[in-house]
Amino acid sequence: MAKIVGTITTSHVPAIGGAIAKGLQNDPYWKPFFDGFPPVREWLAKVKPDVIVLVYNDHGLNFFLDKMPTFAVGAASEYRNADEGWGIPTVPPFRGDPELSWHLIEQLVGEDFDLTTCQEMVVDHAFTLPMALCWPDMKWPVRTIPVCVNTVQGPLPSAARCYRLGQAIGRAIASWPGDERVVVMGTGGLSHQLDGERAGFINKDFDLRFMDSMVSEPAWATKYSTTELVELSGTQGVELLNWVVARGTLPEKVNKKHANYHIPISNTASGLMVLEPQA
Amino acid sequence: MPTPKPRQPVPGTTIFDGEQARKGYALNKMCYSFNDAANRRAFVENEDAYCAKYGLNAQQREAIRNRNVLQLIEAGGNAYYLAKFAGIFGLDMQDIGAQQTGLTKDQFKAKLLAAARG
Repeated sequence: MAKIVGTITTSHVPAIGGAIAKGLQNDPYWKPFFDGFPPVREWLAKVKPDVIVLVYNDHGLNFFLDKMPTFAVGAASEYRNADEGWGIPTVPPFRGDPELSWHLIEQLVGEDFDLTTCQEMVVDHAFTLPMALCWPDMKWPVRTIPVCVNTVQGPLPSAARCYRLGQAIGRAIASWPGDERVVVMGTGGLSHQLDGERAGFINKDFDLRFMDSMVSEPAWATKYSTTELVELSGTQGVELLNWVVARGTLPEKVNKKHANYHIPISNTASGLMVLEPQA
Repeated sequence: MPTPKPRQPVPGTTIFDGEQARKGYALNKMCYSFNDAANRRAFVENEDAYCAKYGLNAQQREAIRNRNVLQLIEAGGNAYYLAKFAGIFGLDMQDIGAQQTGLTKDQFKAKLLAAARG
């Protein structure tokens, strides 16, 4: 049976792509952020995943507002990155896993999650940058399955719904007869707001409480409406819904293997966590 | 009957909901086109023609002309799409943040750093 060996949750700010392209990993501004990742790579080298299920939100590369699925799952054999308009270099393509994708789709629809399935899909910085932070040589040693959550156009799926989606992904992977080792990634957040007079809003207390809840109280964020999450974490901080999906794939009891938190990267409070299911 | 909740309850914040999505459709569609380098060039070469092609209304056209982010949001713009517009001019998110909050870029950066101290 396939097994989820852990989750990685991280921010996905576009400026990270610029910093990678310019080699700024040791620049004083960037170092506290990039220094969070060597322990993640050491952990990955130990757990050796075959597949990454990557939960993220698209920012207007694959989906425009003409068609906006609440939840979309990739079912392609390859996913490419493309120009997003602000000039960060594109990264090499990612291998997909159509068989496991379709198993996920069958199981999730079977549990009444009405998905959009994507046999062609381009993936944006929210997918590519966390991968590049985990594998800086960009020779991806894993197959990938994108799971895209609408955090862009209200109404957004509730945190409770996102948590249940994660739980269903967890069950779907556990019911796959293969012996794949799977890491689920959730990208976005933490608190930040790009737009409006409230631009620059950051809420350190909330972020740290949320990160604690990821370890010990996984359903904590589900008590908030998405509007309350915007109030607490900013209009783009609500991307933490992707973390909530990822957390839902793990059992209640987890071990925290690593965490990092740093303000600011661009306008964002950046968070990073690695969790493992308790044996 | 309970009092209905306000549609936009968070101060200084326009949550991008169905009403904004409808209002801003043409504007966001134009900004979406800026994923393509040829489209970014076409906009720079003839801004009037490019905006006309996407059917921007007068409010949206004015907000684009003014490069004014708060006006663009008022006209239905979505932050993720507006970021593609800002990219044409090499503006980053801190330029955008400074403009919207009436701060200099250095003041805006200081505000972010202050958040780190909690």
